[in-house]
Amino acid sequence: MIVAERKPFSEILSMVEDYSKILVIGCGSCVTICMAGGEEEVKLLASQLRMAFRKNKRGVEVEEAMALRQCDDEYMNDPVLLDKVRAADIVISMACGVGVQHATTFFNRIILDKPIKVVPALNTTFMGANLDVGIWEERCVGCGDCVLEKTGGICPVTRCAKSLLNGPCGGSSNGKCEINKETDCAWHLIVERLKALGELDRIKPVEPYKDWRPSHNGGPRRIVREDMRI
Amino acid sequence: MKEFEPRIVAFCCHYCALAAADIAGKTDLQFPPTVRVIRVLCTGKVEVLHLLKAIESGADGVLVIGCKFGECYFKEGNFRAQKKVERAKSLLEEVGIERDRLRYDFVAGPCGNDFASIMSTMTEEVKALGPNPLRV
Repeated sequence: MIVAERKPFSEILSMVEDYSKILVIGCGSCVTICMAGGEEEVKLLASQLRMAFRKNKRGVEVEEAMALRQCDDEYMNDPVLLDKVRAADIVISMACGVGVQHATTFFNRIILDKPIKVVPALNTTFMGANLDVGIWEERCVGCGDCVLEKTGGICPVTRCAKSLLNGPCGGSSNGKCEINKETDCAWHLIVERLKALGELDRIKPVEPYKDWRPSHNGGPRRIVREDMRI
Repeated sequence: MKEFEPRIVAFCCHYCALAAADIAGKTDLQFPPTVRVIRVLCTGKVEVLHLLKAIESGADGVLVIGCKFGECYFKEGNFRAQKKVERAKSLLEEVGIERDRLRYDFVAGPCGNDFASIMSTMTEEVKALGPNPLRV
Protein backbone atom coordinates (compact mmCIF):
# COMPACT_ATOMS: atom_id res chain seq x y z
CA MET A 1 0.00 0.00 0.00
CA ILE A 2 0.93 3.64 -0.23
CA VAL A 3 2.35 4.86 3.05
CA ALA A 4 2.18 8.49 4.07
CA GLU A 5 2.62 10.62 7.15
CA ARG A 6 0.98 13.83 8.21
CA LYS A 7 2.68 17.13 7.62
CA PRO A 8 3.46 19.24 10.70
CA PHE A 9 0.38 21.13 11.88
CA SER A 10 2.06 24.52 11.40
CA GLU A 11 2.59 23.75 7.69
CA ILE A 12 -1.04 22.72 7.22
CA LEU A 13 -2.25 25.77 9.13
CA SER A 14 -0.17 28.11 6.98
CA MET A 15 -1.89 26.72 3.85
CA VAL A 16 -5.41 27.43 5.08
CA GLU A 17 -5.19 30.34 7.52
CA ASP A 18 -6.55 32.90 5.05
CA TYR A 19 -9.79 30.99 4.45
CA SER A 20 -12.95 30.88 6.49
CA LYS A 21 -14.65 27.66 5.34
CA ILE A 22 -12.38 24.64 5.36
CA LEU A 23 -13.25 21.10 4.36
CA VAL A 24 -11.00 18.22 5.45
CA ILE A 25 -11.46 15.08 3.35
CA GLY A 26 -10.00 11.76 4.39
CA CYS A 27 -9.33 8.75 2.20
CA GLY A 28 -10.60 5.31 3.16
CA SER A 29 -7.90 3.25 1.46
CA CYS A 30 -4.13 3.06 1.96
CA VAL A 31 -3.77 6.11 4.20
CA THR A 32 -6.50 4.82 6.50
CA ILE A 33 -4.55 1.60 6.94
CA CYS A 34 -1.28 3.43 7.61
CA MET A 35 -3.15 5.67 10.06
CA ALA A 36 -2.26 8.92 8.34
CA GLY A 37 -5.40 10.13 6.60
CA GLY A 38 -8.42 8.06 7.63
CA GLU A 39 -11.59 9.05 9.45
CA GLU A 40 -9.87 9.29 12.83
CA GLU A 41 -7.09 11.49 11.47
CA VAL A 42 -9.62 13.74 9.72
CA LYS A 43 -11.39 14.28 13.03
CA LEU A 44 -8.10 14.97 14.81
CA LEU A 45 -6.92 17.48 12.23
CA ALA A 46 -10.32 19.18 12.12
CA SER A 47 -10.34 19.40 15.92
CA GLN A 48 -6.82 20.87 15.93
CA LEU A 49 -7.79 23.43 13.28
CA ARG A 50 -10.93 24.46 15.18
CA MET A 51 -8.91 24.88 18.37
CA ALA A 52 -6.17 26.87 16.62
CA PHE A 53 -8.66 29.25 15.01
CA ARG A 54 -10.72 29.65 18.16
CA LYS A 55 -7.55 30.38 20.13
CA ASN A 56 -6.72 33.13 17.63
CA LYS A 57 -10.32 34.43 17.90
CA ARG A 58 -11.13 33.64 14.31
CA GLY A 59 -14.53 32.32 13.32
CA VAL A 60 -13.64 29.60 10.85
CA GLU A 61 -15.89 26.69 9.91
CA VAL A 62 -14.12 23.37 9.64
CA GLU A 63 -16.12 20.54 8.03
CA GLU A 64 -15.17 16.88 7.80
CA ALA A 65 -15.80 14.34 5.03
CA MET A 66 -14.58 10.97 3.82
CA ALA A 67 -14.15 9.42 0.39
CA LEU A 68 -13.55 5.71 0.20
CA ARG A 69 -10.88 6.25 -2.45
CA GLN A 70 -9.82 9.72 -3.53
CA CYS A 71 -7.98 8.33 -6.57
CA ASP A 72 -11.16 7.05 -8.21
CA ASP A 73 -14.04 9.01 -9.81
CA GLU A 74 -16.48 6.33 -8.78
CA TYR A 75 -15.93 6.96 -5.08
CA MET A 76 -15.64 10.74 -5.37
CA ASN A 77 -18.89 11.23 -7.22
CA ASP A 78 -20.94 11.46 -4.05
CA PRO A 79 -23.57 14.26 -3.93
CA VAL A 80 -23.11 14.81 -0.17
CA LEU A 81 -19.35 15.16 -0.58
CA LEU A 82 -19.73 17.47 -3.58
CA ASP A 83 -22.16 19.72 -1.68
CA LYS A 84 -19.61 20.05 1.10
CA VAL A 85 -16.89 20.87 -1.45
CA ARG A 86 -19.11 23.54 -3.06
CA ALA A 87 -19.69 25.15 0.34
CA ALA A 88 -15.98 25.24 1.21
CA ASP A 89 -13.39 27.91 0.41
CA ILE A 90 -10.54 25.44 0.51
CA VAL A 91 -10.24 21.67 0.67
CA ILE A 92 -7.58 19.84 2.66
CA SER A 93 -7.06 16.37 1.24
CA MET A 94 -5.72 13.77 3.65
CA ALA A 95 -5.03 11.34 0.79
CA CYS A 96 -1.70 10.49 -0.81
CA GLY A 97 -0.34 12.65 -3.63
CA VAL A 98 -2.43 10.68 -6.10
CA GLY A 99 -5.62 11.44 -4.19
CA VAL A 100 -4.82 15.15 -3.85
CA GLN A 101 -4.22 15.48 -7.60
CA HIS A 102 -7.24 13.44 -8.52
CA ALA A 103 -9.43 15.42 -6.12
CA THR A 104 -8.22 18.68 -7.72
CA THR A 105 -8.97 17.43 -11.23
CA PHE A 106 -12.25 15.78 -10.34
CA PHE A 107 -13.76 18.62 -8.29
CA ASN A 108 -12.80 21.21 -10.90
CA ARG A 109 -14.31 19.05 -13.63
CA ILE A 110 -17.63 18.58 -11.81
CA ILE A 111 -17.99 21.94 -10.06
CA LEU A 112 -17.86 24.64 -12.69
CA ASP A 113 -19.15 27.72 -10.87
CA LYS A 114 -15.94 28.32 -8.91
CA PRO A 115 -12.37 27.02 -8.86
CA ILE A 116 -11.72 24.51 -6.07
CA LYS A 117 -8.37 24.67 -4.31
CA VAL A 118 -7.15 21.39 -2.82
CA VAL A 119 -4.10 21.30 -0.56
CA PRO A 120 -2.28 18.25 0.85
CA ALA A 121 -2.13 17.38 4.53
CA LEU A 122 0.17 14.40 4.07
CA ASN A 123 3.63 13.69 2.76
CA THR A 124 3.37 10.60 0.58
CA THR A 125 6.37 8.58 1.58
CA PHE A 126 6.62 5.16 -0.07
CA MET A 127 4.98 1.93 -1.18
CA GLY A 128 5.47 -0.41 1.70
CA ALA A 129 4.35 -3.22 3.93
CA ASN A 130 2.96 -3.18 7.44
CA LEU A 131 5.63 -5.04 9.44
CA ASP A 132 3.93 -4.78 12.81
CA VAL A 133 1.39 -2.51 14.50
CA GLY A 134 2.65 1.01 13.80
CA ILE A 135 5.65 0.00 11.66
CA TRP A 136 5.81 0.32 7.88
CA GLU A 137 8.76 -0.23 5.57
CA GLU A 138 9.36 0.45 1.91
CA ARG A 139 9.16 -2.60 -0.33
CA CYS A 140 8.71 -1.34 -3.89
CA VAL A 141 9.88 1.68 -5.87
CA GLY A 142 7.66 0.90 -8.86
CA CYS A 143 10.64 0.54 -11.22
CA GLY A 144 8.39 -0.99 -13.87
CA ASP A 145 10.56 -4.07 -14.49
CA CYS A 146 10.23 -6.53 -11.62
CA VAL A 147 13.28 -8.66 -10.77
CA LEU A 148 11.83 -10.49 -7.75
CA GLU A 149 11.77 -13.81 -9.57
CA LYS A 150 15.58 -13.77 -9.76
CA THR A 151 16.18 -12.56 -6.22
CA GLY A 152 14.10 -14.90 -4.09
CA GLY A 153 11.25 -12.42 -3.60
CA ILE A 154 13.45 -9.71 -2.05
CA CYS A 155 13.80 -6.50 -4.03
CA PRO A 156 17.39 -5.26 -4.34
CA VAL A 157 16.23 -2.12 -6.18
CA THR A 158 14.21 -0.98 -3.16
CA ARG A 159 15.89 -2.59 -0.21
CA CYS A 160 19.55 -2.24 -1.14
CA ALA A 161 20.65 1.32 -0.36
CA LYS A 162 22.62 1.35 -3.62
CA SER A 163 19.98 -0.57 -5.62
CA LEU A 164 22.70 -3.02 -6.66
CA LEU A 165 21.71 -5.83 -8.98
CA ASN A 166 24.97 -7.72 -8.35
CA GLY A 167 25.46 -7.46 -4.62
CA PRO A 168 26.33 -7.37 -1.87
CA CYS A 169 28.79 -4.50 -1.68
CA GLY A 170 31.64 -4.23 0.83
CA GLY A 171 29.40 -2.40 3.28
CA SER A 172 27.47 -5.52 4.25
CA SER A 173 28.38 -6.59 7.76
CA ASN A 174 26.74 -9.39 9.78
CA GLY A 175 23.68 -9.16 7.59
CA LYS A 176 23.26 -5.42 8.13
CA CYS A 177 23.74 -2.50 5.77
CA GLU A 178 26.43 0.11 6.36
CA ILE A 179 23.89 2.94 6.23
CA ASN A 180 22.64 1.89 9.66
CA LYS A 181 22.62 -1.15 11.88
CA GLU A 182 18.80 -1.39 11.85
CA THR A 183 18.66 -1.95 8.10
CA ASP A 184 19.05 -5.45 6.77
CA CYS A 185 21.45 -5.93 3.88
CA ALA A 186 19.08 -6.81 1.03
CA TRP A 187 21.73 -8.93 -0.66
CA HIS A 188 22.40 -10.86 2.54
CA LEU A 189 18.67 -11.64 2.69
CA ILE A 190 18.66 -12.61 -0.99
CA VAL A 191 21.62 -15.00 -0.60
CA GLU A 192 20.09 -16.59 2.50
CA ARG A 193 16.70 -17.00 0.80
CA LEU A 194 18.20 -18.49 -2.38
CA LYS A 195 20.28 -20.87 -0.24
CA ALA A 196 17.12 -22.03 1.52
CA LEU A 197 15.42 -22.49 -1.83
CA GLY A 198 18.45 -24.39 -3.19
CA GLU A 199 18.73 -21.87 -6.00
CA LEU A 200 21.95 -20.06 -5.11
CA ASP A 201 23.22 -20.63 -8.65
CA ARG A 202 20.70 -18.06 -9.81
CA ILE A 203 22.90 -15.18 -8.71
CA LYS A 204 25.97 -16.43 -10.55
CA PRO A 205 25.20 -14.81 -13.93
CA VAL A 206 26.14 -11.14 -13.87
CA GLU A 207 23.05 -8.96 -14.24
CA PRO A 208 23.45 -6.32 -16.93
CA TYR A 209 22.71 -2.65 -16.29
CA LYS A 210 19.13 -2.12 -15.28
CA ASP A 211 16.89 -0.66 -17.91
CA TRP A 212 15.34 2.30 -16.16
CA ARG A 213 13.11 3.25 -19.09
CA PRO A 214 9.99 1.60 -17.63
CA SER A 215 10.61 3.59 -14.44
CA HIS A 216 9.86 7.29 -13.99
CA ASN A 217 10.92 8.37 -17.42
CA GLY A 218 9.26 10.43 -20.12
CA GLY A 219 6.41 11.82 -18.06
CA PRO A 220 3.68 9.97 -16.20
CA ARG A 221 3.36 6.29 -16.98
CA ARG A 222 0.03 5.15 -18.30
CA ILE A 223 -1.67 1.82 -18.72
CA VAL A 224 -4.65 1.38 -20.98
CA ARG A 225 -6.57 -1.89 -20.95
CA GLU A 226 -8.50 -1.89 -24.20
CA ASP A 227 -10.54 -4.92 -23.11
CA MET A 228 -11.97 -2.88 -20.25
CA ARG A 229 -12.91 0.11 -22.41
CA ILE A 230 -16.23 0.47 -24.17
CA MET B 1 -13.21 38.53 41.35
CA LYS B 2 -14.43 34.97 41.67
CA GLU B 3 -11.62 32.44 41.97
CA PHE B 4 -11.08 30.31 38.89
CA GLU B 5 -12.71 26.90 39.37
CA PRO B 6 -11.26 24.51 36.82
CA ARG B 7 -13.42 22.02 34.98
CA ILE B 8 -11.60 18.72 34.72
CA VAL B 9 -12.73 15.61 32.89
CA ALA B 10 -11.39 12.33 34.27
CA PHE B 11 -11.60 9.15 32.23
CA CYS B 12 -11.47 6.46 34.93
CA CYS B 13 -11.02 2.77 34.31
CA HIS B 14 -13.71 0.58 35.80
CA TYR B 15 -11.37 -1.82 37.57
CA CYS B 16 -8.97 0.45 39.48
CA ALA B 17 -9.66 4.17 39.24
CA LEU B 18 -13.39 3.88 39.68
CA ALA B 19 -12.99 1.48 42.59
CA ALA B 20 -10.57 3.93 44.18
CA ALA B 21 -13.07 6.76 43.59
CA ASP B 22 -15.71 4.68 45.35
CA ILE B 23 -13.42 4.06 48.31
CA ALA B 24 -12.58 7.77 48.42
CA GLY B 25 -16.29 8.53 48.58
CA LYS B 26 -17.10 5.88 51.16
CA THR B 27 -14.27 6.95 53.45
CA ASP B 28 -15.27 10.64 53.21
CA LEU B 29 -11.96 11.75 51.73
CA GLN B 30 -12.00 15.37 50.64
CA PHE B 31 -11.05 16.39 47.13
CA PRO B 32 -12.07 19.37 45.01
CA PRO B 33 -15.44 19.15 43.26
CA THR B 34 -13.84 20.17 39.98
CA VAL B 35 -13.70 16.76 38.37
CA ARG B 36 -16.35 15.07 36.22
CA VAL B 37 -15.72 11.35 36.11
CA ILE B 38 -16.36 9.34 32.97
CA ARG B 39 -16.29 5.60 33.45
CA VAL B 40 -14.51 3.55 30.80
CA LEU B 41 -14.07 -0.20 30.84
CA CYS B 42 -10.33 0.24 30.34
CA THR B 43 -8.24 3.37 29.74
CA GLY B 44 -6.92 1.61 26.62
CA LYS B 45 -10.29 2.42 25.05
CA VAL B 46 -9.79 6.17 25.45
CA GLU B 47 -8.85 7.53 22.05
CA VAL B 48 -6.69 10.57 21.29
CA LEU B 49 -9.80 12.16 19.78
CA HIS B 50 -11.69 11.87 23.09
CA LEU B 51 -8.93 13.84 24.81
CA LEU B 52 -8.81 16.52 22.12
CA LYS B 53 -12.61 16.79 22.03
CA ALA B 54 -12.70 17.33 25.79
CA ILE B 55 -10.29 20.26 25.50
CA GLU B 56 -12.05 21.56 22.37
CA SER B 57 -15.35 21.48 24.28
CA GLY B 58 -13.90 23.68 26.99
CA ALA B 59 -12.45 21.37 29.64
CA ASP B 60 -9.57 23.03 31.50
CA GLY B 61 -7.84 19.73 32.11
CA VAL B 62 -8.24 16.08 31.22
CA LEU B 63 -7.15 13.16 33.36
CA VAL B 64 -6.85 9.56 32.30
CA ILE B 65 -6.58 7.29 35.31
CA GLY B 66 -5.96 3.60 34.91
CA CYS B 67 -4.50 0.66 36.79
CA LYS B 68 -0.87 0.47 37.84
CA PHE B 69 1.47 -0.79 35.15
CA GLY B 70 1.41 -4.56 35.08
CA GLU B 71 -1.95 -4.66 36.83
CA CYS B 72 -4.27 -3.73 33.96
CA TYR B 73 -7.29 -6.02 33.81
CA PHE B 74 -6.78 -6.11 30.04
CA LYS B 75 -3.00 -6.53 30.38
CA GLU B 76 -1.77 -3.58 28.35
CA GLY B 77 -4.62 -1.06 28.23
CA ASN B 78 -2.86 1.36 30.55
CA PHE B 79 0.33 1.31 28.46
CA ARG B 80 -1.76 2.14 25.41
CA ALA B 81 -3.53 4.92 27.28
CA GLN B 82 -0.26 6.47 28.40
CA LYS B 83 1.01 6.58 24.81
CA LYS B 84 -2.25 8.06 23.57
CA VAL B 85 -2.09 10.78 26.21
CA GLU B 86 1.45 11.58 25.06
CA ARG B 87 0.29 11.81 21.43
CA ALA B 88 -2.66 14.02 22.40
CA LYS B 89 -0.28 16.25 24.37
CA SER B 90 1.88 16.83 21.30
CA LEU B 91 -1.18 17.51 19.12
CA LEU B 92 -2.33 20.12 21.64
CA GLU B 93 1.13 21.63 21.78
CA GLU B 94 1.05 22.07 17.99
CA VAL B 95 -2.09 24.15 18.43
CA GLY B 96 -0.49 26.24 21.19
CA ILE B 97 -2.34 24.75 24.17
CA GLU B 98 -0.32 23.70 27.21
CA ARG B 99 0.50 19.99 27.21
CA ASP B 100 0.11 19.85 31.00
CA ARG B 101 -3.65 20.16 30.62
CA LEU B 102 -3.57 16.44 29.93
CA ARG B 103 -2.29 13.91 32.39
CA TYR B 104 -2.06 10.17 32.65
CA ASP B 105 -1.99 8.72 36.14
CA PHE B 106 -2.66 5.40 37.79
CA VAL B 107 -4.10 4.22 41.05
CA ALA B 108 -4.74 0.84 42.67
CA GLY B 109 -8.32 -0.18 43.41
CA PRO B 110 -8.22 0.07 47.22
CA CYS B 111 -6.29 3.37 47.35
CA GLY B 112 -8.98 5.99 47.76
CA ASN B 113 -6.49 8.43 49.26
CA ASP B 114 -4.28 8.21 46.13
CA PHE B 115 -7.32 9.00 44.00
CA ALA B 116 -8.16 12.03 46.13
CA SER B 117 -4.58 13.28 46.00
CA ILE B 118 -4.44 12.92 42.17
CA MET B 119 -7.62 15.01 41.96
CA SER B 120 -6.21 17.69 44.26
CA THR B 121 -2.84 17.83 42.48
CA MET B 122 -4.43 18.06 39.05
CA THR B 123 -6.80 20.78 40.24
CA GLU B 124 -3.88 22.80 41.60
CA GLU B 125 -1.86 22.30 38.40
CA VAL B 126 -4.76 23.37 36.19
CA LYS B 127 -5.48 26.35 38.45
CA ALA B 128 -1.88 27.44 37.90
CA LEU B 129 -2.34 27.13 34.12
CA GLY B 130 -5.51 29.20 34.19
CA PRO B 131 -8.68 28.67 32.16
CA ASN B 132 -8.69 26.82 28.85
CA PRO B 133 -7.67 29.48 26.29
CA LEU B 134 -10.48 28.29 23.99
CA ARG B 135 -13.20 29.57 26.30
CA VAL B 136 -11.64 32.82 27.50
